[in-house]
Amino acid sequence: MNLEKLKSKLNSRATLRAITAIVIFLILWEFGSRSEQILGFRLPWIGLVPAPSGVFAAWAGLLGDTSYWGSWYLSAKRVFTGFFVAMLLGIPFGLYMAVNRTFNDIAFPTFEILRPIPPLAWVPASIIFWPTAEMSIAFVTFLGAFYTIVINVLGGAKSIDTRFFQAAESMGASQWDIFRRVVLPATLPSIVVGSAVGMGITWEVVVAAEMISGGGGSGGAGGGLGFFIWNSYLGGSYEQIVVGMLSIGIAGYLSSEGLRKLGGYFTPWLKTR
Amino acid sequence: MEKLETTAWSMAMYRVSMWLKSPKPYLMVIGFGFVLSFWYLSVEIFKLPRFESMPGLTEVWTEYWSKDPYYGLSVYTPEYYKHIGISLRRIAYAFLLATVLGVPLGLFLGWSKKFREYIFPLFEIFRPIPILAWVPLAIIMFSGSETPVIFLTFLASFFATTLNTMLGVDSIDEEYTRAAYCLGASDWQTFRQVIIPGSMPYIFTGLQISIGVAWFSLVAGEMVSGQYGLGYVINTAYTMVTYPTIIIGMITLGVIGYITSAMVRMVGDYMMQWRVRELALGAN
Amino acid sequence: MSAMMNEKGALADKGAIRIEDVVKIYDPDGAAVIAVDHCNLDVPAGEICMIVGPSGCGKTTLLNAIAGFHDITSGAIYLDDELLCGPGKPKAEPGSDRVVVFQNGALFPWKTNLENVAFGPLMKGEMSKADIYDKARKMMADAGLDGTENNYPGEISSGLRRRVEIVRALMNEPKVLLFDEPYRALDSLTKSVMHEALLEIYYKNKVTIFFITHDLEEAIFLGHRLVIMTSRPCKPKKIVEVDIPHPRDYSVLTSPRFKEIMAETKGLVIEEAKKAFEAGEKEG
Repeated sequence: MNLEKLKSKLNSRATLRAITAIVIFLILWEFGSRSEQILGFRLPWIGLVPAPSGVFAAWAGLLGDTSYWGSWYLSAKRVFTGFFVAMLLGIPFGLYMAVNRTFNDIAFPTFEILRPIPPLAWVPASIIFWPTAEMSIAFVTFLGAFYTIVINVLGGAKSIDTRFFQAAESMGASQWDIFRRVVLPATLPSIVVGSAVGMGITWEVVVAAEMISGGGGSGGAGGGLGFFIWNSYLGGSYEQIVVGMLSIGIAGYLSSEGLRKLGGYFTPWLKTR
Repeated sequence: MEKLETTAWSMAMYRVSMWLKSPKPYLMVIGFGFVLSFWYLSVEIFKLPRFESMPGLTEVWTEYWSKDPYYGLSVYTPEYYKHIGISLRRIAYAFLLATVLGVPLGLFLGWSKKFREYIFPLFEIFRPIPILAWVPLAIIMFSGSETPVIFLTFLASFFATTLNTMLGVDSIDEEYTRAAYCLGASDWQTFRQVIIPGSMPYIFTGLQISIGVAWFSLVAGEMVSGQYGLGYVINTAYTMVTYPTIIIGMITLGVIGYITSAMVRMVGDYMMQWRVRELALGAN
Repeated sequence: MSAMMNEKGALADKGAIRIEDVVKIYDPDGAAVIAVDHCNLDVPAGEICMIVGPSGCGKTTLLNAIAGFHDITSGAIYLDDELLCGPGKPKAEPGSDRVVVFQNGALFPWKTNLENVAFGPLMKGEMSKADIYDKARKMMADAGLDGTENNYPGEISSGLRRRVEIVRALMNEPKVLLFDEPYRALDSLTKSVMHEALLEIYYKNKVTIFFITHDLEEAIFLGHRLVIMTSRPCKPKKIVEVDIPHPRDYSVLTSPRFKEIMAETKGLVIEEAKKAFEAGEKEG
């Protein structure tokens, strides 16, 4: 049944349209990049961009290169570490704020004041504070994901229908029971959403941190896809820049989708909607 | 028939007065006090390891308010406002452009299934690419140091705005469009009278997110390439080892970021009087 | 002002609906859910026709087909002998001759009550704005809604909202009013008030009313005739003429004839409800 569905989806009109748009885009891009050759004068902006043909050729070449995949590994490692810690700290923090009024009134305003400071603005402070460059990147990554997860957990926990609590209490549940069996599962969907969004932000921060620490010359943390892009730029291999960009895009997409699927596994009741 | 008179203003005043009477403001102060005293104690009094190399609370505070700051930036120096102004200007260009392009695109993506099937997959291929990954390409494409920074900021804003607008159209209950058709509205009229107002709540949430990511990208862009601006201030303060300025930069960013976000929210509240009143009266 | 209803003669001169052998199958290549199976029904012009049936039986599908929101698989529906949908034209066009009053209310939350009421004529643009608003104000006053013109729907009670929605529909001088369980979410006290209000409005504006409900009491109180539907796929199981004279008021609820009709029909309705329950029907 699933294979059937996949087949029909791939053949459908929607897929056809999507592919048409992408192909047209690639053609226009190719044309624009080669505008100097074809038209005799270079189109602004597009004319300076490396052509898709070059990009795909470079990419094919890189597929066999271990350091390319090494970059994937390094970035992914940073993303997941920072993200994991953010979840570990953020979920309880958010849940506690939702459950305990006083704690919320104490902690939330401070949290809200610190939130508009972009995580990257923390980089220098982070570098000063943490002993290694790797830890400073991890800290900034953690911050990026932390805010999103907390906000989503808070939102999810606050919107739990009070009737669920009443039902549980009338059936004799203790406070801990209520937390484990009502608050936690009911907030799970929001946690999943928050995680998927937080994941995207984490990739942003990791790439930014890799480029800044790699490109800013403060040394230390090497490798990673962000560094790969910056390095390619400095080395003049422009096709590789685009390869790097698309690679990160794919990596980010895969991790978000993976998280969503994982979340779906933990929240089977949502599928029946 | 009673006349129901609630204005957003009187509701707001009422809620502020209730807030002041509750324990909330005092707890909030406790929260701030806790964080600030931790900062003060860990850096300056106890000189905890790692913390001692950080700029201290008193150091930052005196620097910020001094007429002749040691490191060059304080409330009294014109450079401070110049940097703020430049960052704000960049945000304004990028955000406005992103809104002007993103909202119509999002509306159209939501409204026309055909258009969506063509364009949305392309959009979704570009969206996951982190904004900073565009830096080298932006530098290659655009000359000068100002345009790449604005471009990056614009891009981040644009994706957020378009996506949220599209979701806003999706969120509109089918019954509203059906009612419009029933009552004799044409496609275009339905679009103007139902789709656009109906998506407003989501659009404005999207705009608040959008301005948040705009600041995020702007700071990143300013730190990497560019002169002037708050991101530049922070980065330079780091490389020049003028650490208290880092904190000044960060706090300024936080405050300005919050204010711009609040401004977007207020515009939204003003444009959606109906929602303010509905929410003020509570769900009924 | 309130006309005496003559069961024999026509109550109005337009708005007769004829449903002829209509079949509706959802997802014919997949799940093939038969919602409506060879349904035949005649609704004379100007009559209040109550469609009673268990949840999920397909009665909303019929309403949606008449309104033009869904297509039909086969058969035909006529309005005053004009084809709405049928062979060669599976989907009717939504129009202001058949206006729907929706289950959860579809007053546009972003427009004031007055703007909502004036919506239909404003879209058509056949009258001047001033005339439209005048008419709207008058009709609202007639329905006991004066004073709420400048409020938003979110600010008034749900009972009042229903009334505004009905006036909004009537502004277009429709031939048929289609009600999709509009009072389902109201408590029974508000319902009784709504019923009397609806009848008052009906006596002033002679339209055909096609009213879907699962509330038998509501059906007998309001209707000229009852059509009891079978569970899915739906077909008329029994048609009962409610010969209680109009104009009616709440005293009808305790009249002997009312009780007789209740006794006659209750058993049939429960029988179908049980079947639907066993089939695990979900509410549409």
